[in-house]
Amino acid sequence: MIVEVTGLRKAYGSTAVLDGIDLEVAEGSVFALLGPNGAGKTTTIRILSTLSRPDGGRLRVAGFDVVREPAEVRGAISVTGQYAAVDAEQTGRENLVMVGRLMHLGRPGAKARAAGLLERFDLVDAADRRVKTYSGGMRRRLDLAMSLVAAPKVIFLDEPTTGLDPASRTTMWDAIRDLVRTGTTIFLTTQYLEEADRLADRIMVLDKGKVAAQGTADDLKARVGGDRLDLRFTSAAALDIAAARLGGFTDHERLVLSVPSDGTATHLHTVLDDLRAAAVVPAQVSSHRPTLDDVFLALTAREGVPA
Amino acid sequence: MSHAIADSMTMIGRSIRLGRRNVDTLIMSIVLPLLMMALFVYVFGGAINTGTGYINYVVPGIILLCTGYGAASTAMSVADDMNSGMIDRLRSMPIRSFAVLTGHVTASVARNALSTTIVVGAAVAMGFRPSASPLEWLAAAGLLLLYVLALSWLAAGLGAVAKSVESASALSFFMLFLPYLSSAFVPTHTMPPFLRGISEHQPITPVIETVRGLLTGTPVGDQGWIALAWSVGLLIASFVLAVALYRRRVND
Repeated sequence: MIVEVTGLRKAYGSTAVLDGIDLEVAEGSVFALLGPNGAGKTTTIRILSTLSRPDGGRLRVAGFDVVREPAEVRGAISVTGQYAAVDAEQTGRENLVMVGRLMHLGRPGAKARAAGLLERFDLVDAADRRVKTYSGGMRRRLDLAMSLVAAPKVIFLDEPTTGLDPASRTTMWDAIRDLVRTGTTIFLTTQYLEEADRLADRIMVLDKGKVAAQGTADDLKARVGGDRLDLRFTSAAALDIAAARLGGFTDHERLVLSVPSDGTATHLHTVLDDLRAAAVVPAQVSSHRPTLDDVFLALTAREGVPA
Repeated sequence: MSHAIADSMTMIGRSIRLGRRNVDTLIMSIVLPLLMMALFVYVFGGAINTGTGYINYVVPGIILLCTGYGAASTAMSVADDMNSGMIDRLRSMPIRSFAVLTGHVTASVARNALSTTIVVGAAVAMGFRPSASPLEWLAAAGLLLLYVLALSWLAAGLGAVAKSVESASALSFFMLFLPYLSSAFVPTHTMPPFLRGISEHQPITPVIETVRGLLTGTPVGDQGWIALAWSVGLLIASFVLAVALYRRRVND
């Protein structure tokens, strides 16, 4: 395990931000910390990357103790925070060369590394422009490139796509997948289930400083019931016939029948064939995947509401 | 150790590059003192009796006014780094992140050296006639350098604790104000006793009196040693303070 955490606690004043977190991340995998604002995601990343001190717990990253051997940990990791840590008044290339020189690659080494990363992150055309002229997506890519100058073993990404448009988000996801292919371990936080779903091998849901759930994306979705199909009919009679045939949950007001689904076309075909056999045809069919909201409602309702 | 020096050099290069490109800072640290000099020489100067051509009297004061502006922009640059993601990037790297302050302080000294040179050049064009020997020039430059270094470390320390660029600017306000409560623009004996007490017991007055004496031949007396003591003392105190404030800020 390249990241091992047991009993992590952190409080600011009398407010517990992290209240006994245990987690493990396997080398070369992608681990996602999922949760709303204020869940403790950023604090966890800050502590694991030596930027903040824990109040308690045992933490090891890349084989080193985070509290006792911070210099060794820093040599093995890099962090890309929520706000792009780039100099707006330097060019993309200058930013990269600066980090290379701080990593003691030497001037030619730093320049060569910068050129390679500019190429890899599709920033060659903008390389010699000042960063203040970059779009949000370009800044994030440069930020990530700066984190890769030292070829770290573990990369911490704090909400890597928050605030990005859909196209930039896809580009960022591709960049992260490329990193995984080179064997780098990724520890990311996100507010989006979809992001965790697409990137992560394992997901931990954090809520108010505690672990609400963890497992693979499929495990989590199973806990909230998975995909569902919504079938809308034009009459209550048709709705009742369909419900009798398929089961599921009926909403008489909107004339909608919701049935559990595995999200496959085969299942959709089966449902429609069933309905055709019963001589009712839905006016509209839509497929719904569980959202982070569903996950949270399901998880917190289970714990929060007294039986 | 050699890494620490190399890291500092990298950060110095960065700060100088950023300073050169930040047009607001450049204007603030060069154009503003020139405007102030023109204002004092041509508008107020005629009404102020200093026993000499007013330009000869006021140049050291303008130079010290420059250092105040320079320090304020240093505090703001440091605050900008401390409140953006940059400090986290540097701290999560296996380097001594304190180099970020060293970079800003060195750039500050360089910027001040430039603005001082420009002010002196402009002053000569406006009729400033220094009588200093090369050695006296050197002594004046050395004292100013020491004072600027001390003030820059103080500014870096204030920038390190400031929660925003705006509050760094507010924290460094007294550096801009202090020259007015000194012998920079009027002789201190013209002030009411209370202000005179302040102006004669703050570092700017002896530094100004010494620079003025070295450049224009007015008597320096023991002001030279007092200025040196203030500057060295201030440098040590400011550096210790900057280290302490930086540590406090980054340990949470």
